[in-house]
Amino acid sequence: MLYFSKLRIIFITLISLLFIIFALSNLFNFDNKILNKKINLGLDLQGGSYLLLEIDNDPVIEQKLQNLTVTIRNYFKEKNVRITNFKLSNQTLSFTSDENSKQTILDEFASEESELNPYYQRFKSHQLDIVEENNFFKVSFSKQGIINLKTSSQDQALEIVRRRIDEIGTNEPNILKRGNDRILVELPGLDDPMRIKSLLGKTANLTFRFVTNDTEGSFGAEKLEFEDGTEEAIVSKRIILSGENLLDAQPRMDTENNETVVTFSLDRVGAKRFGKATSTGIGKRLAIVLDGKVISAPVIRDTIATGSGQISGGFTFQSATDLALLLRSGALPAPLNIIEERTVGPDLGQDSINAGMIALLIGFILVILYIFVKYKIFGIITNIALILNLFILVGILTIFEATLTLPGIAGIILTVGMAVDANVLIFERIKEELKSEKNNLIAFDSGYTKSRTAILDANITTLLAAIILFFMGSGPIKGFSLTLGIGIFTTLFTVYFIARLLTVLYVSKNKEKEGLI
Amino acid sequence: MIAFNKYYNKFNILSVSLVIVSLLLLTFKGLNFGIDFKGGTLIELRSTDSKINVSSLRDNLSQMNLGDVSVKNFGNETDFLIKFENNENKNVIEEIKKNLDKSFGNSFNFRRVENVGPKVSAELLRSGVIAISVALFLMLVYIWIRFEWQFSLGAIVALFHDVIVTLGLFSLLGLEINLSIIAAVLTIVGYSMNDTVVIFDRVRENLRKYSDIKIFELTNISINETLSRTLITSVTTLLALLSIFFFGGEVLKGFSLAMIFGVIFGTYSSIYIANTVLVRLNVSQKTVLREDKN
Repeated sequence: MLYFSKLRIIFITLISLLFIIFALSNLFNFDNKILNKKINLGLDLQGGSYLLLEIDNDPVIEQKLQNLTVTIRNYFKEKNVRITNFKLSNQTLSFTSDENSKQTILDEFASEESELNPYYQRFKSHQLDIVEENNFFKVSFSKQGIINLKTSSQDQALEIVRRRIDEIGTNEPNILKRGNDRILVELPGLDDPMRIKSLLGKTANLTFRFVTNDTEGSFGAEKLEFEDGTEEAIVSKRIILSGENLLDAQPRMDTENNETVVTFSLDRVGAKRFGKATSTGIGKRLAIVLDGKVISAPVIRDTIATGSGQISGGFTFQSATDLALLLRSGALPAPLNIIEERTVGPDLGQDSINAGMIALLIGFILVILYIFVKYKIFGIITNIALILNLFILVGILTIFEATLTLPGIAGIILTVGMAVDANVLIFERIKEELKSEKNNLIAFDSGYTKSRTAILDANITTLLAAIILFFMGSGPIKGFSLTLGIGIFTTLFTVYFIARLLTVLYVSKNKEKEGLI
Repeated sequence: MIAFNKYYNKFNILSVSLVIVSLLLLTFKGLNFGIDFKGGTLIELRSTDSKINVSSLRDNLSQMNLGDVSVKNFGNETDFLIKFENNENKNVIEEIKKNLDKSFGNSFNFRRVENVGPKVSAELLRSGVIAISVALFLMLVYIWIRFEWQFSLGAIVALFHDVIVTLGLFSLLGLEINLSIIAAVLTIVGYSMNDTVVIFDRVRENLRKYSDIKIFELTNISINETLSRTLITSVTTLLALLSIFFFGGEVLKGFSLAMIFGVIFGTYSSIYIANTVLVRLNVSQKTVLREDKN
């Protein structure tokens, strides 16, 4: 245990130097690209917002089944199969048919080439499940069908969320999928997420529909409230234009009426439809509906064939800007709910960094002094190893550009406290060996050998805890387990290579000295 | 040499009573779960106006229909921590901000806002419980592989003792359980195991060396031989933890406190619980040698 070859010494020195340089790159700016890496600060240290959004897929499922009603009716009509009593409740579509048609319907749903019920070859499953009892059918999404639907609405929602956040222009947002119906948004440096929250909270489903004179509850019309809550209107369910037809939207000051409006331009299909609707509907009111609320319902005075127009609705400049932004970035496939939010202001972040650093410094000094008092020369050796341990730990975090959180700093401090354990085990063992063994070299050698299993055991148990935390924990806790876990490896390296090397150098020079430790 | 073994019985009685009291506390008083596990909203405020105090803030907020609101100072006189349960209103934070700005004239800085929905808090609680269970299970497996069953049992009993008594103390003092406490408990599990394993290693070594010393005496010898290591490591770990507790800021207070309790219990249990299990199971040289033959 006491022999070090020259090659090994050089190797140890180089590795230590490398990590020290990386650790220092957090303080200084190196010109070199590889060297100029920095530890990322977690949101709790640099300030920022963490939002966990959940996609509410229920309306999507309802809508899809609603659409399916028409598809099924038309499909079987062509085949002369009569289907009646369509009903949609609890995400299940039910209908009835007669005894003769029963098998035709079931066969259609069970066929792998079915047009109505797509078959996913890869998952060996249909999109829909069908159950029949006394000519009464129940259709609902299969397990795989739900998964596919969720995945696709998650993909779309992620894209829209990204566009909306990019439009606002925050620094380096982090937008990630979580599970199959959640989206995680991390916004560093943002201390007031109100605006983003309100932007993400809107589906931004825009439609242009005629106001009808029909009474409420009649088929094809619905009663909608105005955005400002002052009025209500009966609006046709037939959609003239939707947000999908929009090419661009911008806030603008309308000098004529001295009010802020949102101007928009339409794609070719949209422009055509808009032109037709405005020419046939002169004198009617056209409702502009956003997420089930009427923004405004102006009377059509002229045919608009240019494919552009404007929406007024008593906007402030801010609300017009936000609406334009929402329209530009598109509608979400489903509503999003914020189910978890954690926001830290930048000054609290800075306070946490300062507190963490002071705690680290004081903890470090106390441990170093204590160890020096306990072990004198060997205390110095342990302390050199401890300081290098800290540098190497920080260096590794830097190389991987890991994220440091406040619990992460706690993990580093705890590593400092527990790192000396291995050296203490070794030195205490050597002391015992020296009671029966007069030869310093032999005593030191067996001290190292005999303490080895205890040290390994001790570190493996802590490592197990750190690994579990890393995989089970979330956010800040991950940061803690990361520093604690890496700390175990750096501790073993510094104890067995650096501290042992220094010990060997010292002991071989003082072979004859008594009461060495 | 200190005669630790003289007090084996007394401390066993003490520990058993501590565990029973802790279990009673956990059953009847329960734990004070923070918003991570219960759901709800937490707001940390700093005021620039030193006249504002907890009661004026509480009076103001109680008019807002937030349900059960708790308002406390946080660290110092001008920092406040507001907590309330899950609220249907999505814009509740914005409304509180407006209301406070109106009533106190823009003198608040919102330093931290956390809002955890009921679904997320239930998931966090579940994954926390799973994490601790998996950790205990893996420790058990590890120790089972490394040692004879008598030793494993001793280590596990000590481990459960530490976790239960630490949680019991949290229940007694009404300290908040949040995500970082789960991290602390897991680290305690690691630390307690670590301490026990070091002493057990020595017990096993001594069992092989001396055939004529009874386990009662032998554990005492082993504890004494490893005592200075036990103390030095506990002291350095405690120094680090105390430094986090006093200087690391309010956020880490609960975490470091849990760890401090854990280290103290962990050190105590390796001496007085893990070893006494060996004594009560009457472990002898045969136990170790039989294993060696296999």
